[in-house]
Amino acid sequence: MKTTRLLVLGLCAALMPALGSAAGGGASLDEFESTDSKRSLQRGARVFLNYCLGCHTADYHRYSRMATDIGLSDEFVADNMIFTTDKEGDATKVGALMASSMTEDYGEKSFGIVPPNLALTARSRGVDWLYTYMRSFYLDESRPFGANNVVLPQVGMPHVLAHLQGWQTANYEDRDGQEVFTGFEKLTRGELSPDEYDGLIRDLVSFMDYLGDPNRATRHAVGFWVMLFLIIFLVLAIMLKKEYWKDVRH
Amino acid sequence: MATDNVASEGALVSGNVDTKRRRLLTAGVGVVGAVGAIALAGPLISSMSPSARARSAGAPVEVDISKLEPGQRVIVEWRGKPVWVVLRTEELLASLEEVTDELRDAESEDSLQPEFAVNTYRSLKPEIMVMVGVCTHLGCSPSYRPDVAAADLGADWLGGFFCPCHGSKFDIAGRVYKGVPAPTNLEVPPYTFLTDTNILIGADGGNA
Amino acid sequence: MSKVTDTIAWIDERFPLTKSWETHVSKYYAPKNFNFWYYFGSLALVVLVIQIVTGIFLTMNYKPDGELAFKSVEYIMRDVNWGWLIRYMHSTGASMFFVVVYLHMFRALMYGSYKKPRELLWIFGMFIYLALMAEAFMGYLLPWGQMSFWGAQVIISLFGAIPFGIGDALTLWLRGDYVVSDATLNRFFALHVIAVPLVLVFLVIAHIVALHEVGSNNPDGVDIKKLKDANGVPLDGIPFHPYYTVKDMVGLAVFLIIFFAIVFYAPEMGGYFLEHANYIPADPLKTPEHIAPVWYFTPFYAILRAVPDKLGGVIAMFMAIVVLFFLPWIDRNNVRSIRYRSLAYKGILAAFVIAFIVLGYLGMQQPTPFRTFLSQFCSLVYFGFFVALFFISRNEQTRRVPDRVTH
Repeated sequence: MKTTRLLVLGLCAALMPALGSAAGGGASLDEFESTDSKRSLQRGARVFLNYCLGCHTADYHRYSRMATDIGLSDEFVADNMIFTTDKEGDATKVGALMASSMTEDYGEKSFGIVPPNLALTARSRGVDWLYTYMRSFYLDESRPFGANNVVLPQVGMPHVLAHLQGWQTANYEDRDGQEVFTGFEKLTRGELSPDEYDGLIRDLVSFMDYLGDPNRATRHAVGFWVMLFLIIFLVLAIMLKKEYWKDVRH
Repeated sequence: MATDNVASEGALVSGNVDTKRRRLLTAGVGVVGAVGAIALAGPLISSMSPSARARSAGAPVEVDISKLEPGQRVIVEWRGKPVWVVLRTEELLASLEEVTDELRDAESEDSLQPEFAVNTYRSLKPEIMVMVGVCTHLGCSPSYRPDVAAADLGADWLGGFFCPCHGSKFDIAGRVYKGVPAPTNLEVPPYTFLTDTNILIGADGGNA
Repeated sequence: MSKVTDTIAWIDERFPLTKSWETHVSKYYAPKNFNFWYYFGSLALVVLVIQIVTGIFLTMNYKPDGELAFKSVEYIMRDVNWGWLIRYMHSTGASMFFVVVYLHMFRALMYGSYKKPRELLWIFGMFIYLALMAEAFMGYLLPWGQMSFWGAQVIISLFGAIPFGIGDALTLWLRGDYVVSDATLNRFFALHVIAVPLVLVFLVIAHIVALHEVGSNNPDGVDIKKLKDANGVPLDGIPFHPYYTVKDMVGLAVFLIIFFAIVFYAPEMGGYFLEHANYIPADPLKTPEHIAPVWYFTPFYAILRAVPDKLGGVIAMFMAIVVLFFLPWIDRNNVRSIRYRSLAYKGILAAFVIAFIVLGYLGMQQPTPFRTFLSQFCSLVYFGFFVALFFISRNEQTRRVPDRVTH
């Protein structure tokens, strides 16, 4: 028995490096620190709906659901945060999905590819990637929209928030034939200070993190009660087993 | 090592059993287990109720009736069901009094409607009828038959609704006639007038 | 009370209710010395039930259509009441099914549960494992994400390695199109929700009937039916009910704690249960940077990649599974339990398990020259186990197996 238990423990230890290695790679990413506040989510939602939804869609999720989850009323969202129209040309209803105002065809014509759905980007790319990506646009005249990105080279997306962040250039250094990113250099000042801009992106990523996994808060809350219940069940089951197994000769 | 005695020993000891404790613990595990099973059944059953999509499609709808001619009907979709709006003529309204004796529930006592529609017209304004166009028998949508004395409905037909599925007849206020399969009058949805020509169906605007 | 007795008597005259209950539960005598390794059989049954029940409810909202599938999954996750719970239970259940089954199989390996008279029991079990892999593979296509799509593309292409033009014709037929497409998704849905589950349920019944015919093995590998009391009850046997029903309840509680901890707190399991790239809808024009199957297939995937030849790799991969079917005849020693077997046997078993786990790890990683070499080495260890077992088991120095079970 002891040997097999040791064996199992050894195997678990062997598995640990496999479980430890994170997905993703490439350029080093800045760590995103979640703020976990409703205010931050609300500010992030405003940025998302104002800017991102102009070209991207998030049509898996409903405005009304978002309103409830981030602590706003349906009326407030309908009056202040919906900037798109439905097929009839009326303002999009609060119960509707968060679709883009841009059609896929138009998107493809403008950018070469259809701007991806952003509802799940926080799950597919991860929050660190998003946080770094949104702060890593730099001036590059060779690109169609004059912007490139350190995290996603040859990016098809323009630097939509340039007026807030200002422009920067990226320095690359040649190391053994490989281009290595060494840092940014500020060119122009934006409407926001660097700290304010980082804060804005943090709010945006918080919101996109919510958007990718909107059930997280409920899940954790329900999970607590389920765990508590199962522990009670376990204790009772152990007592019952012990009681019956008094019959069995050891 | 083993003597014959030990070698023939069974696995179970017949000692004194605390039957009471066993029963108690079995009941305890049984009850907790049952609670768990029910708690798990809850989400499963609840998943079959209308989803956020269905609920959002069930939101109130607005109808503009400014272009409606007397005697005409428009159909709007509310919660996936047809809702009829009819601008009733004087003649049709007059028929409501004549048919009272032939109706099963003339006073709308056993039928579904908002409080404000418990009257002869079954509506807020006498001339404007708003009705869920689904037969209370088995869910077909009756046809609109304002044609008095229609050939197929008899000389005494004063206008109303006729269900082609099983032949149920309703008057122009959706009240069911006697002797047809439908048990109750057609349902009146909650609605409210936003303006004289704009009706919001699905919200009662505090009228009920 | 007599009403109940009467009703049961009425049924018993027409259907073997009491008889079945006694044969399979209340008078099924199991060895008294089961340890925790014996939880995994009943747990596998529990997971099967979880998968079937949650699967039914997912089917009510899922759309097996290339245009709608991905969105319908998000619809389940966001719009359907408790849809996220049902879906996470199903996705966690898929992985936990393999966790439980792998542990169950390792138990059989350790205690020689595949040996005479349990060969057929083992073979039914292997067929269950095979059906489970088919079920999991087809189920993984349904969310129609990038990993679903490219995983299916790669696995189906494996059949293309079959020579004489059969392979290409076969892959075309399996997909029903030139690439994995709506047609493939639709047929995988049909197979996943009805065909394979039916086979699985049938095999599970056969597995249990076979088990109850020959009786359970135990950690000592002692045949408890050899020594019986005056009533024909094995001396070391205890009725399955109540003793093992109450014991399995403890195992169930522990399992559910782990299961729901994953469901509620880590449903993606760091990308191992739900891969990150599967949150991007299937795109036939763009392969993800790194594709790997879900963790439970990776040992075999690593064997596939270890062989530098397309057909050879496919053969090696399938052989890695097929060889397990012949285990009862490869192992020629009639001492069942590891407890009484030689150090050499313990050594090769440990090497086999380590090789399997390392292969599982390597199957998830991008290949590098070193990793490929390691995969080749571990593949050799994997197959070497069976060769070594065949020879070692012939004249093995074993210890005397006691007449009665120990603890």
